[in-house]
Amino acid sequence: MAHPTFFKKVKYEKELERDLAAEIIATPGGEKILSCLQCGTCGSACPLSVYMDYTPRKLIGMVREGFKEEVVTSFAIWLCASCYECTVRCPSGIGVTEVMYALKRIAIREGIYPRHFPVPVLAKEFLKMLKGSGRTNEFWLVLRVLLKTAPMKLLTSWPLGLRLWQRGRMCLGSTRIPKAANEDLRRMLEVIEASTGGPLKSPLPVTVGAQPSGGDLKKAA
Amino acid sequence: MAYTYFPGCCMHGFARHCQDSLYAVFDALGLELRELPEWNCCGATTYISVEENQAFALGARNLAMAEKLGSEIVAPCTACYMILKKTKDHLARYPDLREKIDQALAAIGLHYEGKIEILHPLEIILRDVGVKGLKAKVKKPLRGWNVAPYYGCLIARPYALSEGFTLEAFDQLVPALGANLVDFELKARCCGGSLTGTIEEVGHRLVYILLHQAKLARAHCLVTVCPLCQLNLEAHQGKIKRRYGDDVTIPIPYFTQLIGMALGLSEKALGLEKLLVPLRWELAEKAFAAREPAAA
Ligand code: SF4
Ligand code: SF4
Repeated sequence: MAHPTFFKKVKYEKELERDLAAEIIATPGGEKILSCLQCGTCGSACPLSVYMDYTPRKLIGMVREGFKEEVVTSFAIWLCASCYECTVRCPSGIGVTEVMYALKRIAIREGIYPRHFPVPVLAKEFLKMLKGSGRTNEFWLVLRVLLKTAPMKLLTSWPLGLRLWQRGRMCLGSTRIPKAANEDLRRMLEVIEASTGGPLKSPLPVTVGAQPSGGDLKKAA
Repeated sequence: MAYTYFPGCCMHGFARHCQDSLYAVFDALGLELRELPEWNCCGATTYISVEENQAFALGARNLAMAEKLGSEIVAPCTACYMILKKTKDHLARYPDLREKIDQALAAIGLHYEGKIEILHPLEIILRDVGVKGLKAKVKKPLRGWNVAPYYGCLIARPYALSEGFTLEAFDQLVPALGANLVDFELKARCCGGSLTGTIEEVGHRLVYILLHQAKLARAHCLVTVCPLCQLNLEAHQGKIKRRYGDDVTIPIPYFTQLIGMALGLSEKALGLEKLLVPLRWELAEKAFAAREPAAA
């Protein structure tokens, strides 16, 4: 897999993955990407664009043209903090934030994300916890994510945990909703899963040990 | 008047001090909160990064249950607030999605009408108590305090505030408490959310930008309307100080803590001792004393 900064400037027609644009257009918020003016308003408004490898404008352009590999391996999609600055300012009514979510979903679905990278791991653990107890608990969530991505970080994170604990702000107990309610919730999610075509195709492999690194883009084996 | 209350996971976890102050202030203002029984997590901005349609089911179950209790639901976390509004908006605009969600709700004996209004407690206070009403109840004006309001992203984006409210209208609550309103330019700039935990270098920078600007604007405290922003802005001040060599220590109260102080409620009832960066009455006195010579 090519490193994003060395992507080919010109692609042959057969290398382009046109399905990507179709999938985004079918997503609520992504319908109008073909009307994108490439004006760059989204990137100018984005507080994270200075840290991104591709700005939101460029990502939309690449989605349209079928540069799937570059888009789903980009660092930018994981930096998006869902602040909606881009969405409210886009003159073409494009839900840029929704497009960013859709790209994260595709990357997670296809198992493409930097190894030991906490953003997708956090998302997956969040889902697991929510399905399991109907609610989420910050403490257990952070602990699980750290154990799976960067256990060494526990060493630098515990002082904050301690300060929260001393102030009675750490909730170690279960926050689950009553069993019947949780079953209702799971039942709902199952009905939706059945109507939208099955669970995730590839479970995310997660390895414990290394520090997260933005540049270490590898396709999960 | 009683409102259906959707706390969200934070208010039951690390942000219990925010919830304490919310209850205390609503009580003092003669407003009542009734927690929605058996509510589930709204999915925040995270669930949709993995599953799209299911994310809307999470919000829909809460909205359907709340509709049985009344016409409004109050969410004090701006992520919950936005997600519930987004669920309502998408279910109204995308019939395919609506059909799937309706089926799922029917499977557990629920029905969603689509009429419920989602409100933030700030909107409730402004609408049902008003600036004048609040001013009349102030017992200990925060005289001499420079208060910078920080709203973050999701209370005003991507959906408009209800009743035609603007962030500038919210700003008026600060002078109503007797404090000086600091014109804080970055009041709707992103704090980075969970990036402080996932991509720390970037997350800290985003928080630093806000704290630094607040300091430049001579704010004594930065008041938030979201428990997530509240934690994010106060929890990393030490690391930020070390990383950038700039002391940005500043208290980050939740807005009902500040209102509660002006209403004369006890520090304990407002959970003030649970803030990581302390906020005490002495601050007011010091700030006031510092102003005195200039006035003389
Ligand atoms: S603001 Fe809208 S139209 Fe302009 S580049 Fe971004 S997505 Fe395209
Ligand atoms: S929602 Fe994401 S892409 Fe859009 S402005 Fe915010 S961080 Fe940037």
